[in-house]
Amino acid sequence: MIRLTDIQRNFQVGDQQVHALRDINLQVTAGEYISIMGPSGSGKSTLLNMIGLLDQPTAGHYQLDGQDVTTLSDEQQARTRREKIGFVFQFFHLVPRLTAAQNIALPLMLAGMPEKQRNQKVQMALQQMGIADRAGHRPDQLSGGQRQRVAIARATVIGPAVLLADEPTGNLDSAAGTEVVKILEQLNANGLTLLVVTHDETLGKRARRRIHMIDGAIEHDTLLQNHTPPASP
Amino acid sequence: MKTRDATRFAFDALRGYRTRTLLMLLAMSIGVASVLVLTSLGEAARRYVTGEFSSLGTNLIIVLPGKSETSGGSPSLLGGTTRDLTLNDALAVSRSALINHMAPLIIGSAPVSVKNLQRDVMVVGSTSSLLDVRQWRLGKGRFLPETDITRARFVTVLGSTLKQELFGAKNALGEWVRIGDRRFRVIGIMAAQGRSFDIDVENVAFVPVAAAQMLFNTQSLFRILLDTRSRESIPRAIAFIKHTLRERHQGEEDVTLITQDAVLATFDKILRALTLTVAGIAAISLAVAGILIMNVMLVAVSQRTTEIGLLKALGVPQRQIIRLFMTEAALLSGMGAGLGLLVGQTVSSVIGYFYPALPLGTPWWAFLAAIGVALGTGLLFSLLPARRAAQLDPVQALARR
Ligand SMILES: Nc1ncnc2c1ncn2[C@@H]1O[C@H](COP(=O)(O)OP(=O)(O)O)[C@@H](O)[C@H]1O
Ligand SMILES: [Mg+2]
Repeated sequence: MIRLTDIQRNFQVGDQQVHALRDINLQVTAGEYISIMGPSGSGKSTLLNMIGLLDQPTAGHYQLDGQDVTTLSDEQQARTRREKIGFVFQFFHLVPRLTAAQNIALPLMLAGMPEKQRNQKVQMALQQMGIADRAGHRPDQLSGGQRQRVAIARATVIGPAVLLADEPTGNLDSAAGTEVVKILEQLNANGLTLLVVTHDETLGKRARRRIHMIDGAIEHDTLLQNHTPPASP
Repeated sequence: MKTRDATRFAFDALRGYRTRTLLMLLAMSIGVASVLVLTSLGEAARRYVTGEFSSLGTNLIIVLPGKSETSGGSPSLLGGTTRDLTLNDALAVSRSALINHMAPLIIGSAPVSVKNLQRDVMVVGSTSSLLDVRQWRLGKGRFLPETDITRARFVTVLGSTLKQELFGAKNALGEWVRIGDRRFRVIGIMAAQGRSFDIDVENVAFVPVAAAQMLFNTQSLFRILLDTRSRESIPRAIAFIKHTLRERHQGEEDVTLITQDAVLATFDKILRALTLTVAGIAAISLAVAGILIMNVMLVAVSQRTTEIGLLKALGVPQRQIIRLFMTEAALLSGMGAGLGLLVGQTVSSVIGYFYPALPLGTPWWAFLAAIGVALGTGLLFSLLPARRAAQLDPVQALARR
């Protein structure tokens, strides 16, 4: 489903070239659960943004569902992002003036879905995340865990194939983090491809496939056979 | 994305940043209101002045002795080439079929008295046609008689105020008044109609032109007023009058012709230019509002960087981000223009209340121009911020928290 071939990403800082990604080769099949770990500055976020089409490689090829997406126009890339990819961020990035329900409805509204249909989907997502009673609350009236659940609902409401989560628990206490991980794994169990960038060893070890990055390169890529994560995180 | 949703989203964003929204609405509405108020004042001035000139009568041609309108004193001092305009000149020029009415004019000042009541007023010597040429209204009795105009008959028509001062509420028709050293019989009273441009009709005694010639002991006319059958025949009538008078004055062109049309057109042009200038100056305030909008929009873009990054992550293409910001700008300038219309009309009616004589009224083009310029500047100056928003790098936008 995802195939990265010889991906490079260089940043020009002053007269120095920073190699954020070097020769990345990666294949992801639909339904996988992958954790990406590594020290700070090793290129984890850059890799995730690359896969999410928020960033363009300096060199190399990226095929998504058999299509080369690096050469697409802004319009086509945006469309691909809208239909196939969901993002979850460390800092939630909810729109502060909108309620939880409105935040979740945002991608549907932007895609032009009629209000009735939208409300139905939002209602379902709110139920699924266990925050139906918070529908009318604005982000500053929600706890961190609730905010992240709203963000996950927003990322998945349109039904993407891949969910990209960059340190989704990085800004949460451990109880809220556990709750969020449970939801993410539940989504993965239902067939959603899940890529999680994390610092947290125990969280990283829950994934069947673990990628370890160092200095812009993939150091290990281990796929455990017969792996069953602990029933409850 | 549906237009209704885009509008709602933009509206929510505007509500979310109340201070900047109010600031921009204020700037926009001041700009629009000042355009409206200033043009309506300019238009009022134009209508007032042209209205005054229109009261002279339509299709009017005025013949003055002398080559230009400077001969206040004795024309003979200028070399003796200028001949007087005489009654015969007046009769000669009125002979054309193009001319509808002709009224010769002799104007002087004389004491008018009844018993021991006396008033010094303007005495106007003319003919029955004066009433038609100047479109004045008669109150009672008749105007000057329609007989041979070279015959002096000692009858008079009094202005309403003059009659009131001399006779009070009593009947004046058929009574005798003394003007200068002669007795005149009152045959008519003018209706009250205020001042008519150059003559205070309410304070005048009209007499037949031949009687005025005797009264003031002069043959020369102060002016000849003519009006043509139609507006189109004015140029031909002018040519005819010039030709006739040149022949009668031994080839000398020693008269000046003024048409009311020409005077009116000149004033109209000047005042319209003035209105446009004033409107233009006011439009500068709209441009200033536009620049303010640009600044505030730029601030909005940087305030909402993460939101824009998020929109991009959610799969919003650049074009649509531009559209969202332009919708905000359109809403802002539209509401600002609406508010400006309201403020402008209010100010106009307040001015109209305190100066009822001013024929206020904003011309339709000023409404269109004000709203057009408001929307135009609002959108134009938002284009740059909107493009900047659309081109933000989503990764960096989202890296900020
Ligand atoms: N916009 C940028 N400009 C310059 N350098 C960057 C930029 N973004 C990332 N980098 C550099 O690329 C490297 C990888 O960054 P990142 O992917 O954010 O690391 P991680 O998420 O693993 O902490 C770092 O050295 C970082 O400094
Ligand atoms: Mg990172």
